[in-house]
Amino acid sequence: MYEFVRGPLALIAFIIFFAGSIYRIAYMLKGAKKDKIVFSHMSWKHSLASLVHWLIPFNNQYMRRRPIFTVVTFAFHICLVIGPLLLLGHVMLIQESWNISWWTLSETLVDWMTVVVIAGAAFFLYRRLSDPVVKNVTDSSDYILLAITVLPFITGFVAYHQLFAYKTMLIIHILAGEIMLIAIPFTRLSHMLFFAFTRTYYGSESGLVRHSKDW
Amino acid sequence: MKPTVVKRDLVEDYAIDEGVKKLTPERIEKVVNDVIDNETAGRLWTYLNTCIHCGLCAEACQWYISNDRDVSYAPVTKVKDTIWPMIEKKGKVDAEFIKRAAVISFTECSVCRRCGMYCPFGIDIAYMLLMVRRICARLDMVPLYLQDTVHSHAATMNQMWVKPDEWIDTLQWQEEEAQGYVPTSRIPLEKEGAEIMYSVIGPEPKFLAQLLGNISVIMKVADQDWTMPAYAGWDNSNMAMYSGDFEVMARVERLHHETAQRLKVKKIVMGECGHAFRGAEYDGPTWLGWMSPPIPLIHAIEFYEELLRTGRIKIAKKIEGPVTVQDPCNVVRNRGLGDKLRYIMNAVCEDFVDVSPNKRFNYCCNAGGGVINCGPPWKKKRVEGNRIKAEQLKRTGAHTVVTPCHNCHSGIEDIVDTFKLGMHVKFFSELLIEAMDIPANLKA
Ligand code: HEM
Ligand code: SF4
Ligand code: SF4
Ligand code: SF4
Repeated sequence: MYEFVRGPLALIAFIIFFAGSIYRIAYMLKGAKKDKIVFSHMSWKHSLASLVHWLIPFNNQYMRRRPIFTVVTFAFHICLVIGPLLLLGHVMLIQESWNISWWTLSETLVDWMTVVVIAGAAFFLYRRLSDPVVKNVTDSSDYILLAITVLPFITGFVAYHQLFAYKTMLIIHILAGEIMLIAIPFTRLSHMLFFAFTRTYYGSESGLVRHSKDW
Repeated sequence: MKPTVVKRDLVEDYAIDEGVKKLTPERIEKVVNDVIDNETAGRLWTYLNTCIHCGLCAEACQWYISNDRDVSYAPVTKVKDTIWPMIEKKGKVDAEFIKRAAVISFTECSVCRRCGMYCPFGIDIAYMLLMVRRICARLDMVPLYLQDTVHSHAATMNQMWVKPDEWIDTLQWQEEEAQGYVPTSRIPLEKEGAEIMYSVIGPEPKFLAQLLGNISVIMKVADQDWTMPAYAGWDNSNMAMYSGDFEVMARVERLHHETAQRLKVKKIVMGECGHAFRGAEYDGPTWLGWMSPPIPLIHAIEFYEELLRTGRIKIAKKIEGPVTVQDPCNVVRNRGLGDKLRYIMNAVCEDFVDVSPNKRFNYCCNAGGGVINCGPPWKKKRVEGNRIKAEQLKRTGAHTVVTPCHNCHSGIEDIVDTFKLGMHVKFFSELLIEAMDIPANLKA
């Protein structure tokens, strides 16, 4: 079982993730082309300005007005993306399989980052249950997406600390990670892929066409 | 997803109430799918696949804040209750659903684009709600008063059923009024090759004719080479843009720009109106496939800023006492004229008091986006749904609020009345006329 999820299944998950992402971005670009104005409204300068204001914490009025949320979401996303990528265990597995490797962070640090992701997810879950606006636009898919996001981290944490059933936990952890990878292109987790595009389009339209700003 | 719980007073709108009876499931399905498949593309699809349902856009909306944070007014809710199910069910929604979608998109959102600045992804909710309006328009589910203005555009090429002779008569009458101040004032018609074509919105000759007299005086004092069209094409307003009847919208915009070309002017200067500017500068050209209008278009704020900055117009006596301003979304948030607006306000007012939030963060007046044009049946909800605007204006302590936009003007007047703010609501040109220096050689 372990051999299977760690070997062929992992390969399949990566292929689906990369191919799926390319497919979805290509599909979006095709639509954007049909949406005649999109490309002519794009501008590098205003795209960049928009990204600078929305990717740096507290660099727009809105984030300054919601300090707690801003801190949580940045911590959550940074740990979520960087943690798994720079974890020694993951890099070793990749080196074993494909003979490529890169720089890693200390295991304790990544362990803490995992805790941050789990805490962030708990915060999002709490908002989803308590904030009337969010609650009203929530359906089962939102909980499922949150679960898909956080499960690899919970299981990874349990497995790393060998709290119980190490071998089974490890298999579940790998499976959860693979589900997440596969889900990213095909669910609203694709916001990871589309963020750069929606943001730069809005920035460009606001700046180039409307002579204003979007932050 | 469960439908949102909505509490609203019952409003009767003949067009909507009768229109809904004529809807059939087949017709709804056909129109919804046709619009979604053939008239929207990249943006709508990407927005739907990106929105993470985080609700961060809620705090942007003046409707939501003013209605004690009633979730049914939150921007994302308006999308959830309209376009999401239409797409999810592939157009298989019922007539009551379309009715609610029409009410939301026409009377509970002024497509002001404030929420776009609050969404971390920059999702343009106003664009999505305009697509909902488009679907409603093609299903003949447009509020009665709004549809009437669209019929007027289609039949007369102006918004207010102004007849050709009424237009000329009004201009003559206002020319005479202007000559009471400055005897050499003129309203030059059809002057080919003039520097400027001045265009106004349909309601000016209908209800606010003195503004035409004012501009005649201002143009004389500033010594401008200008003209106005004598024929259809003089109206720069465009309610079809807001009703979702984009074919009529395009006809109106095309005629307006072609009139400027016919008159061979260097630029079009338009009166103080926000939506007209949006239609002529952005929505119209976009639909027509132009990156920008063929002849440059200048909003009154920019025009006055230039006249004041270059000393073409000098101020004799500034307006006394605290005066504040309404930043119209369509020329400030959506055109970046906030600083120029402040320049001209400071130039004519002794004590200009800014609003907070201001410039592109200003709250919409709730009248824009065609909401006020939906008429009396929807007025109560529109005005009461903008308490936050009343509070914002009250905080300034001003005796007058300047609204360089016709919709804002009417909307703010309603708010001032309803919330008993005791303020005057004025166009900038009205202050300018009072404050400017009329050189001795021009005086009566
Ligand atoms: C690296 C690029 C990414 C960017 C720029 C990004 C951006 C965002 C933004 C702007 C939000 C909106 C609300 C908020 O600020 O929290 C959000 C929410 C969220 N993101 Fe991401 N994201 C990225 C990657 C990911 C990935 C890879 C995942 C998981 C697989 C993920 C999971 C989530 C979840 C679960 C939420 C929802 C929170 C809620 O339930 O309200 N994100 N993201
Ligand atoms: S009224 Fe303005 S802020 Fe509110 S939903 Fe519409 S566009 Fe967004
Ligand atoms: S802020 Fe943006 S992503 Fe969040 S609910 Fe609103 S539209 Fe969707
Ligand atoms: S009427 Fe004025 S404030 Fe309201 S949407 Fe138009 S420009 Fe904005």
